[in-house]
Amino acid sequence: MKHARYLLLGAYFGLVLTKSEVVTWHKIRAMFYFREPDLYLIIASAIVVGMLCVWLIRRLHPRTPFGERIEIQPTPMHKGVFYGGFLFGLGWFITGTCPGPIYAQLGGGEMFALFTLLGAMLGTYAFAWLQPRLPD
Amino acid sequence: MNFLLNPWPWWVSGPLIGLTVGLLLLFGSRNLGVSSSFRHLCALALPKSRLPYLAQDKVREQSWNLFFVAGIALGSFLAVRFLSSHPVQFLPPQYHSVSGAVKLLCGGFLVGFGTRWARGCTSGHAMMGLSNFQKPSLYAVISFFAGGLCAAAIAKLLSGGTL
Repeated sequence: MKHARYLLLGAYFGLVLTKSEVVTWHKIRAMFYFREPDLYLIIASAIVVGMLCVWLIRRLHPRTPFGERIEIQPTPMHKGVFYGGFLFGLGWFITGTCPGPIYAQLGGGEMFALFTLLGAMLGTYAFAWLQPRLPD
Repeated sequence: MNFLLNPWPWWVSGPLIGLTVGLLLLFGSRNLGVSSSFRHLCALALPKSRLPYLAQDKVREQSWNLFFVAGIALGSFLAVRFLSSHPVQFLPPQYHSVSGAVKLLCGGFLVGFGTRWARGCTSGHAMMGLSNFQKPSLYAVISFFAGGLCAAAIAKLLSGGTL
């Protein structure tokens, strides 16, 4: 049960991602070509609700149903957010997919997303190999 | 029922997507993130690798992330199978070809390489990081869009502005 909850939480996330169509190539293109504002509005409203959630949890410090303390981790500063972030942006445009939607596409029956996932794993392997030589 | 079966408008889906941050914290004590799953999958696929990035990956401690991404696939399956009046077109028809596969493979490579270097993607940086007012995540998100918009400008130039 302790792990089954992540399957359920993921299912919630996947269902909402697919119903919002942010997992489709044409929505991502429409965003980058400024054809429709939908995706910008979705991202902005998601962040506002996320901020509210984090604020409430910080204020009320509830525990999980399993009695665990809820830890909100800080993000350390490093150069990779610039370099890696830029490279990811290029890939985001080309595939019309970010990491969450890869799994959503696969679950939704889009088998060509296997190529995206395979590419991402090769990219991860290349990163693992080059990491000692890259700026942090 | 029709409003459920059609694509949901941004003012429904955006807040529901953002709620994932809170639900995952409240029920799972975990910070939302998806791209770490690439590292775990790579480490599982190559258990004998001596590359520190893979050898030092704590797959067992972080296994929740693999359950979570499996859940994403499940949820999307349910949405397509039971909650859609029209088939969802994830990728356009021209991507169902050899050249499409090559594009997805190369673009996917950049997604994997880039998100691991940046240590986060749209979920971990844009949603979780910005919800928590983390400056590095703000730089990451600006870089994501810089990359995407540069690619869009190049694609537009190459196609003679017809896209």
